[in-house]
Amino acid sequence: MKILVCISSVPDTTSKISFKDSSTFNADGIQFIINPNDEFGLTKALHIKEAGAATITVINVGLADTEPVIRKALAIGADDAIRINAQPTDAFFVATEIAAIAKQNNYDIIFAGKESIDYNGGMVAGMLGELLSVPSYTPCVGMELQATSVTVECLVDGGKEVQTSKLPVVVGGQKGLVEEKDLRIPNMRGIMSARTKPLQVVQPSASAHHELYKGFELPPAKAGCKMVSKDDVKELVNLLHKEAKVI
Amino acid sequence: MAILVVSENWGGNFKKSTYEAVSYANEIAKQMGTSTTALSIGNVSNETLQSLGKYGATKVLHAQHDKLNNFNVQVYASVIAEAAKKEGSQLIILSNTFAGKSLSPRVAMKLQAGLVTDAIALPSSVSPFVVRRKIFSGKAFSNVELTTAVKILALAPNSFHLVEANASATIENFTPSFNDADFVSQHKEFKKAGGAISITEAEVVISGGRGLKGPENWGMVEDLAKILSAGTACSKPVADMGWRPHHEHVGQTGIAIAPNLYIAIGISGAIQHLAGVNSSKVMVAINNDPEAPFFKAADYGIVGDAFEIVPKLIEAFKEYKSSLN
Ligand SMILES: Cc1cc2nc3c(=O)[nH]c(=O)nc-3n(C[C@H](O)[C@H](O)[C@H](O)COP(=O)(O)OP(=O)(O)OC[C@H]3O[C@@H](n4cnc5c(N)ncnc54)[C@H](O)[C@@H]3O)c2cc1C
Repeated sequence: MKILVCISSVPDTTSKISFKDSSTFNADGIQFIINPNDEFGLTKALHIKEAGAATITVINVGLADTEPVIRKALAIGADDAIRINAQPTDAFFVATEIAAIAKQNNYDIIFAGKESIDYNGGMVAGMLGELLSVPSYTPCVGMELQATSVTVECLVDGGKEVQTSKLPVVVGGQKGLVEEKDLRIPNMRGIMSARTKPLQVVQPSASAHHELYKGFELPPAKAGCKMVSKDDVKELVNLLHKEAKVI
Repeated sequence: MAILVVSENWGGNFKKSTYEAVSYANEIAKQMGTSTTALSIGNVSNETLQSLGKYGATKVLHAQHDKLNNFNVQVYASVIAEAAKKEGSQLIILSNTFAGKSLSPRVAMKLQAGLVTDAIALPSSVSPFVVRRKIFSGKAFSNVELTTAVKILALAPNSFHLVEANASATIENFTPSFNDADFVSQHKEFKKAGGAISITEAEVVISGGRGLKGPENWGMVEDLAKILSAGTACSKPVADMGWRPHHEHVGQTGIAIAPNLYIAIGISGAIQHLAGVNSSKVMVAINNDPEAPFFKAADYGIVGDAFEIVPKLIEAFKEYKSSLN
């Protein structure tokens, strides 16, 4: 079994977001991590590997500064890594570049996150599925592997949809695919071995860009919180009705 | 050249998000001097289809077939792309629901279209074509320009108002040319979420955090939700500890929601939590710690013990509701 896990390098969830000017993200002092939704997929891949035989390749579209995040994925158990040396500016570009690699290698399962927590586009999993003409399941909150097929549970409005397919498939992961407690922290041995695991850097194949991010803005500051006394909760009902007009 | 809007249905019924998407499509159609065609996939009555006219669809393509009875992302994406080609549509609108999120990237790839998911406003300009969306889980916004001939927008539910146009819609049957290769995935089962109101669609959401001490104390949260026809949500640790089901977990690593009213009870207001709920129009925090970070983000706050305040609030809302009758 060959598994490909797409990982994106994103600001830590505690990051305060700011911009240097209206078109440049301010990365000063920001800690970058494996996109949490991708980490659920990576961990699921590790479970599959441990339950049978599988090789896990992680792939990232990014410049050299994403390598610490790739090394972390290797340290928690991926076998090798590919970095496509380009700025991941839009999903169309990222998906087309990853699909070009995937087509050469016949992976049985490709994990991506349901979305990255920076741009939240949620597009890569579906685009990959389309480029490879295989099902894309996202957001996937449960997956059981049989010999040559999978049964998956995906969130849909109003419940969960259970479907089954032969391999290969693309899975857009999130919590549920594995649980929070299953996530791994790299140990010393893992970190040491990650240093020597293969990390191949390939040049992009000049895919097109379809979406241009033109300017960034922070939300307007809140006017401030209006406090209501705990002895007068009727006043809250009144404000929600008359002032905020939400009930 | 009409704008194509995919009108999602649930068991044959449309929801508010469907009509929001049609209203949105029709506002852009006016801006661009064209008309709005709706596509409906699956079994929907003619009378229900007609209701799309109210928000501006002058034509409805109805794709109804045994092969379309269950959601299949490959099959549905092909149907949408085929309808867009048939109509010569250069712009396709979907709702950014779970279905819309999984369909839109596939349709975009088929049509080599640029795509903006989670769009929150009308295009600020149609040439160049620029649309606003949320990024960093609602911690910021960006304007995105689509540079392709065909464009797709997935509209965030509850971010655009309904606009009545009172058009009358002609309904046309649309039989797609099915492609066998799309039928790889088989439907097994639909597991309905326990009768509750879906938090991504609810106009009011009541949410509880670790301050509620244990799952046995959620009765009052549910009572309050019932009075307000609200959905129930929770913070991450509450779901991780198994006090509440995972589909209630909101935040940066859970579900992002944007109700009109979000009431947070015993939730501290961590940055990851706020990221998933800060698109709510109005937020209320109830917390016994006056220093809780949630008060910096909320519009209204009450400092005090939730176990004392929530029962009183239930009574106050009950009184308000009965005053309306
Ligand atoms: C990578 C990562 C991702 C994360 N993603 C998410 C996410 O998506 N969503 C999320 O929610 N969290 C997320 N978190 C966790 C987040 O950092 C907080 O730990 C979490 O939101 C806290 O939950 P809480 O507010 O319920 O609990 P606490 O922080 O323990 O807060 C409980 C609050 O209840 C109040 N309280 C106690 N007793 C009472 C009472 N009797 N009456 C009224 N108030 C009372 C306390 O004053 C306190 O403010 C994430 C963390 C990490 C590291």
